[in-house]
Parts: sequence; C-alpha cells; structure tokens
Amino acid sequence: MPVGDLAPELAVLLTAVGVLILAMFLPHRHHAACAWTAVGGLATAGLFALDQLQESRLTFSGTFALDGATGWTRLLILSATALCVLLAPRWFASDRRHGEFYAVLLFSTLGAMAMAGAADLMQLVMGVLLSSITGYTLAAYHRNWAISLEAGMKYFLVGALANALMVIGVVLVMGMMGTTGYEGLAGRPMTDALTLTGLMLLLAGLFFKLGAVPAHAWMPDVAEGAPAPAAAFLTVVPKIAAAVALIRLVQLIPAGDSAVRLLIAIVAAATMTLGNLAALWQTDVRRLIGWSSVSQSGYALMAVAVAGSAVALPALLIFLAAYAAANIAAFGVVTYLRGRTELRDYSGLFGTRPFAATVLVIAFLSLVGIPPLAGFVGKFALFLAALEGGLAWLAVIAVANSVLSLVYYLRVAAPMAFERREDTPQTLGRSAGLATVVAGALIFILSASAGGLWSGANITLLPQPPVEYHSE
Amino acid sequence: MLSLAVLIPLAGALTLALMPQLREAQARTAAIAVAAVPLVLLLLVWIGFDGAFASVEEVPWMPAIGIAWRMGVDGISLSLGLMSAVVFLAAVAWPMAPLPRARAYYAWLLFLTGVSLGLFFALDMIVFYVFFDLSLVGMYFLIGRWGHGEAQAAALKFFVYTLAGSLLILIGIIVLALSMPETTFDMRAVIAEAPLARSGLTASLVLLAFVIGFGIKTPLFPVHTWLPPAHVDAPGPASAILAGVLLKMGTYGMVRFLLQMMPDTFSRWALPVAIVAVISILWGAFVALGQGNLKRRIAYTSVNHMGYTVLGIAVAGSALGTEAARAMALTGAVVEMIAHGLITGSLFLIAGAFWQRRQDYEMNHYGGIAGVAPKLTGAAALASFASLGLPGLAGFVAELHIFLGAFVVYPWLAAIGLIGILITAALFLQMLRQVFFGEVTSQTDSVFPDLTRSEVLVLSGMLALVVLIGVWPLWLLDLIDAAAALPAGA
Repeated sequence: MPVGDLAPELAVLLTAVGVLILAMFLPHRHHAACAWTAVGGLATAGLFALDQLQESRLTFSGTFALDGATGWTRLLILSATALCVLLAPRWFASDRRHGEFYAVLLFSTLGAMAMAGAADLMQLVMGVLLSSITGYTLAAYHRNWAISLEAGMKYFLVGALANALMVIGVVLVMGMMGTTGYEGLAGRPMTDALTLTGLMLLLAGLFFKLGAVPAHAWMPDVAEGAPAPAAAFLTVVPKIAAAVALIRLVQLIPAGDSAVRLLIAIVAAATMTLGNLAALWQTDVRRLIGWSSVSQSGYALMAVAVAGSAVALPALLIFLAAYAAANIAAFGVVTYLRGRTELRDYSGLFGTRPFAATVLVIAFLSLVGIPPLAGFVGKFALFLAALEGGLAWLAVIAVANSVLSLVYYLRVAAPMAFERREDTPQTLGRSAGLATVVAGALIFILSASAGGLWSGANITLLPQPPVEYHSE
Repeated sequence: MLSLAVLIPLAGALTLALMPQLREAQARTAAIAVAAVPLVLLLLVWIGFDGAFASVEEVPWMPAIGIAWRMGVDGISLSLGLMSAVVFLAAVAWPMAPLPRARAYYAWLLFLTGVSLGLFFALDMIVFYVFFDLSLVGMYFLIGRWGHGEAQAAALKFFVYTLAGSLLILIGIIVLALSMPETTFDMRAVIAEAPLARSGLTASLVLLAFVIGFGIKTPLFPVHTWLPPAHVDAPGPASAILAGVLLKMGTYGMVRFLLQMMPDTFSRWALPVAIVAVISILWGAFVALGQGNLKRRIAYTSVNHMGYTVLGIAVAGSALGTEAARAMALTGAVVEMIAHGLITGSLFLIAGAFWQRRQDYEMNHYGGIAGVAPKLTGAAALASFASLGLPGLAGFVAELHIFLGAFVVYPWLAAIGLIGILITAALFLQMLRQVFFGEVTSQTDSVFPDLTRSEVLVLSGMLALVVLIGVWPLWLLDLIDAAAALPAGA
C-alpha cells in the first residue's frame, strides 16, 4: 500500500491537525496565523496533487482511483478551499473559536477529496460522512445567531436522513452484487429491484451533497445563514466532490441500461428549473445565490447523465471549475462587504465600490453563461456533451433555464449599476478582497486556458467499464 | 488587420473605463479617435480585398474541438463592417453633453464597436456566438444607464428576449459542428461541407432554432416586441447603434448560417420564412402608421425594413426561379442592411436631437419646425425620403433589387409586400407634415434650437453616403458580390 499515493490527502490531514494544535496554543489575536498555515498546507497538498496528475490507476486495493478525474478534482477542491480560507480571517476575528474554523474546514476538504477519489462504496460513504459532519459545524458556526443555527440544523436533518439512506443503499448493493469495489461492479447489469433500490439510495446520498432535487432544501438556508466564508465553501466544495463521485458511479452502469441515466437527466431538469424558479423572488442576495447554486447543480448533472462519453468528464470539470470561481467570487463580494445581504443594500454599488460591483456582475454573468467568461465555456461544454449524448431535450431545458436565471441575476445587477447612493459601504479586510479579486480573475483565466486543459490534460475516469459507451 | 479593428476599440474601452481622471470632453475626443481607427483599418482591408474570405487570421483557442479565433471577410461582411464602423463613429461623435458618467458611456460605445465588428468578421461559429452575446451585455448597460422613461424594464426585456434567441443559436451551432465529419466550428469548413443536408427532422429543428434566434434579433413578427421599448427608452446614439448595427446581426446570421451552411434545408423552408417576412413588412408598416410617438414610429419602420431584408434572403435561398434573380435578391438584402443602418441610424440620431431639446417624442406636440430649424428639417426630410424608398437614395436601390428578385420567385408575396412600401411612404410623409410643417406649437416656439455644427457634421456624413449609394451604387454592388455568396447549385 503505497502511502505516497495519498500524499495530498495526508498533507491536508496533517495541516488540519497542526492548525488545531496551533489554535489551542496561540493567543486569540494571532489566530490569523492559522489561516496562513492552512493556505500553506493546501499549497503543499496542491504540489503533491500536481505531481500525480498524470497517474491513471487504482490504489489501496482498488478503493481509491488515482486518475485524471481525481487529479483535477483535487486541484480544484484545494484551490477553492484556499480561496475560502482567505475570505475568513477578518470575518472570524472576533469569534472565540477563530483558529478551529480552519481545522474544521480542512477536515471537510479532506472528506471532499476522499469522496471524489473513492472507487469503493465504503470509501465513498466515509468521504460523504466526513464532509457532512464537518459541514454541519461550519454552517452553524455562529452558534449565537439563530439563522446560522437554523441553517446548520436543516443541513443536519436533511443530511442525516440522506446519509442513513445512503448507507442502506450500500448494504443493499453489496448484498446483491457481492462487492462494494467499483472494479467489481463496473459494467455488471444492475436491474433487479433490490440492487436498483440500493443504487437509488446511493444516488440520493450524493444528490444531497450536490444540492440536487429532492435533497436540495439545505442549500439556500446554508447560503443565507452560514458565515459567508463557510457558505462559499459549502456551496462549492462538497458539490464538486459529489459531482465527480456521481459521474464515477454512473459510469459503472452498463451503457445499454439507460434507465438510471434517464433518471439523472430528469433530476437535472427538475433541479435547474426548481432552483431558478425559487431564486426569482428572493430579496436576500445570499439566499438568491443559494438557489442559484441549486440550479447550477442541475446543469452539472447534465454531464453525469451522459457519463461514459468522451466529453462528459472534461465538460463536468470545466463547468465545476467555472462554477467554483464564480460562486466564490460572488460570496467573496458578500464577505468583502461585511455580509450585507439585503437586495436594496446593493443598489448604487457601482458608484461607491466599483471593483466589488464589477466582480459581482462578472460572477453573475459567468453563472448565466455569457461569453467569454468561464461559465460560458462550462455551459457550452455541457451542451456539447448533452447534444452528443442525444439529450437534446435536456439541453433545451437548460437553455430556457439560463434565460430564466438571467432575470434574477439582473435583479441584483441592475440596481447596482443604475441607481445611485450616497454612503460608501464598509469593507472587510485585505485578504477577503484579495480572494475575491483572484476568484474574479480566474473567471477570465479559466475560459482562456480551458482549451489547453481540454486537449492536453489527462482526463481518465477509473474504473472504466469493460464495454465502451457509444454515443448516438 | 481585422483583429486589430476588433481589439483596438475593445482596448480603448478598457482604457477609458480605467482612467478616472478623464473629463467628459476629453473622454469624447479620445473615443472619437479610437472609433475612427477601425474605419481606417477597414478601408485598408478594402483596398487589398480580393474575393471571399480575405485577410484571414487564425489563432487556436480550443483545438481539441476545433475552436479558434478565426477572422476573415467576404464582400458581405466587409461592407457590413464598413457600415458599422461609420455608424459607430457617428454615434460616438454625436454630442451628448451634459452626460452623466460620460467616461463609462463612451467606454461602452467603444466596447460595442469592437464586439459588432468582431461578429461580422468572425469565421468561427463560437467566436461569432461570443460576440453575439457580448453585444447584448453592452446594449443592456447602455439602455439601462443612459436611457430614459422605463429604461430598466426595456433593457431587461431586450436582454432576456435576445439571450433566449442566442442560446437557441448556440444549440444550433453545436449540432452543426457535431454533424461535421470531424467536429469543427470553422465557418468556412461548415459552409463547404453544408452538413445536415439529408437529415430531415434534425435539420429542420436546427433551422427552426436559427430562425427563431436570428428572428428575435432581426426582429421578425411575432418576436419583435422587445424592440419598441428598447428603442424608445434608449439614448439616441444607442438607438442608432441598435437599429443600425445590432439588428443586422440577425440578418447577417441568416445569410451565413441558413443560406450558406444549410442551403438544402433552407430551400425547403424558404416559403414560410418569406411569408413571415411579408407579415413583418406589413405589420411593421401598419403599426408604425398608428404611432404618435416619433421614436416608436421609427422603431416600427425597422421591423418593416428588416422584413424586406429577410424577404430578400428567403428568395435567395429558395432554389426557385433563376440564379440571377436569387443573386439580385441577396444583393438587395445586403444593400438594405447597409442602407437601413445609415438611414435609420440618422433618423434615430434626429429623434435623439428632439429628446435633447424638449424631452418629448410626441409628434402632435410639435409643429412648424421647418420655420425655426431648417437644418434639422432638411436632414429629417432627406432621411425620411431615403427610408420610404425615394429613387436616387440608398433605400430605393435595396428595395428595387429585393423586389426584382422576389417577383421572379414569389410574385404574389412580392405584390403583397409592395403594399408595405406604400404605407411607409404615407407614414413618413404624415410625420414630416405633422412635425416640421403645419401649426407652430408651444414645444416649437422661436427658441427651438437648430442642429449644432457637430450634429450637422455627423448627419451630413451619414446622409452623404445614403445619397452616394442611391446615385452611384455600382461600387457597393461590386464589393458585395452576392452571386459569390450564393450556395453553389442551390
């Protein structure tokens, strides 16, 4: 068992422990040092992950996939987390448990990484649980604030149910198929009622992490109630991990068996539509971003529905990267503006805080999919994958949803640009501003570099099913 | 050279946006200088122009799926690009003082300049789409920030409507690219291959997506309803750009995508498209006749004129009649785009002049302007006569070609379409009589200011081209060379 295969995960784990110890011994006013330690650890993990980017094999007795999908997802999760860490120092400066926040964040990151690379159902459950339990803590971190507590509570209730169902699903699948390893499951027909039930329960667990219908209800509450840096993290990182875990799982199912893929497509359509319709009427910007995150999960599922085709995985990864940059940029602006969240607080922002306003508008336009921003490349890749996989109807629904989403993004952007205000809103610290600007810049950089990543990158997704998936 | 013509205005826009110390007059001067650059560059391209897809430039973007920054021109796109450069220069030069946040205003105008030229020169379907969408963003902020009345609602309607259309176009583009032997978004390859020729329903659905998408932008009846509010509430120069350049993106897209990339499918659906075009012609004309609002009336004549253009394109793609007739119709369609850009651009600038003077578009509040503002009257009369198709002016050349072609292919539709010309004549004459002649009203008392010197300069530049095309159209027809753009053997 080559421990080095998990070097990035181990680096995150050790950093988390180190940060925890630091937080115990450092005086409270120096807790920002924990943030920089965390960033250093994440960077180290990133270097290890870069080193393993070209690998393409299963490791640890087939329980962990070391392939292109894991490699890119690790990098994505690590960079997204690093940006979220940078958002936090000033936000938590007065919180007595400031330093511990980073430790919990890193454990959650570890769970996400475990989820993304899992090639065994048990390993997958472990990753989901680790990511969930830390997630509840992050959501309810402001324990004296009712809304934050409520967010954590809802997250926990939905999550406990989904996770319990997921474990039952694992039991059922293992009982019927005789294994939990993906290699043993790949390409085998799963058509009998019990296995299918198990599979559905598994999917339900991942839909919860993804924030997809029917387990999406926590997303807007967490976005609204969790501390803004934690909200940025929770709406992005678990979702990345869950989407990759889902596509890995769905790819196991033989191509001829289209029922599960159809189900995913239907869930995709329902999720994007519900998220967008609910977002239309929000007057709270954070909640609005939360609902928009739900709808973005629906788009991501388009790629999962055509899992196995050559463009599905790159499309998913590009889309997730674009989503992560835009969503963190949006939450970054919210954090930078000290968490102001009422829609009317944003009017006239272009006049008073032009850079924050510009980043927010760019993030929103990227989420709509306006070119040449990263979100466009992501959505374009998803459309390409869906159309190539014969899911034209889903692409058309996604189009209708993109138009719908424009309406509520502009409900925030229009007053920012067109109204005037006198007072200049207060801002929060340099590191939050830095993270926001970096995320905003990434929205441009990703779209310019997507082509190179697409053609030169190792985009393997293990284990491959024995029979090739043929698109129509 | 083409890339420079696209990138210099974009860079200029960025520079303007990042220079807070610039005063209004300086911003305007700088913007005029930058907007003149593409025009000069395009004139140079024209001098070296030698037939379809000249001045090609190519830089890879996403090589794995055949996407690249591809630029190049044929006669149609070069002539449209030249016209756009003129309209943009005019819009930038149009005096707007006093103007709130002038720097941002000129930055957006320059941004739109680069974006529009990029769209016409793109030889890659994705690059085309990128510019198509960016034009929405630019126009959204122009209307929303510097418009009047219900500007925000109008801007939102414009953005949502046209984004719906553009995403349908994206779907169509992807299906076209996937149906190529090897996935590519190179327009030249797709035109040469003309995929989807024999694939029945798919091809028809893709065609439908393109017709709706470009139809919204053009706009065609019944998806034109975003246009009147957008025009009425936009500032004058923005209206001029919207009508003069942005609407052409729809018809240009029809030529490139429907006519050239899907000739076989288009020929099967040319008759329905032509019928929709004729309905737009009549609808636009009749509704315009009923408007008491000066700008709304001009806006509806755009629906009417773009209807002529689409009729010409449909005739060109019909695969009926003679090839000469189809080439004639396509020539007419392209000339109509250029003529409409210059004429309606001028008309909207004139309407803008009314707003700047009196904040009022109601025609029956005005009267007898000829007595106090002879220069304004002259410009308005010339533009109106050009718009209604008076011989010797650009509109006539365009409509003559379209109807000559259409009478060979769809004589009945052409005959019905002619009614549109009659009504247009009536509505412009009625407008001239109401506003410029007749009783003097309180809005037009003796202090109603005539055109200023820079306004005269801008308008006379645009209208001189209208007269030039009307009197001596040969140079333009040579440049367009529509016969070369017609699909072979259609």
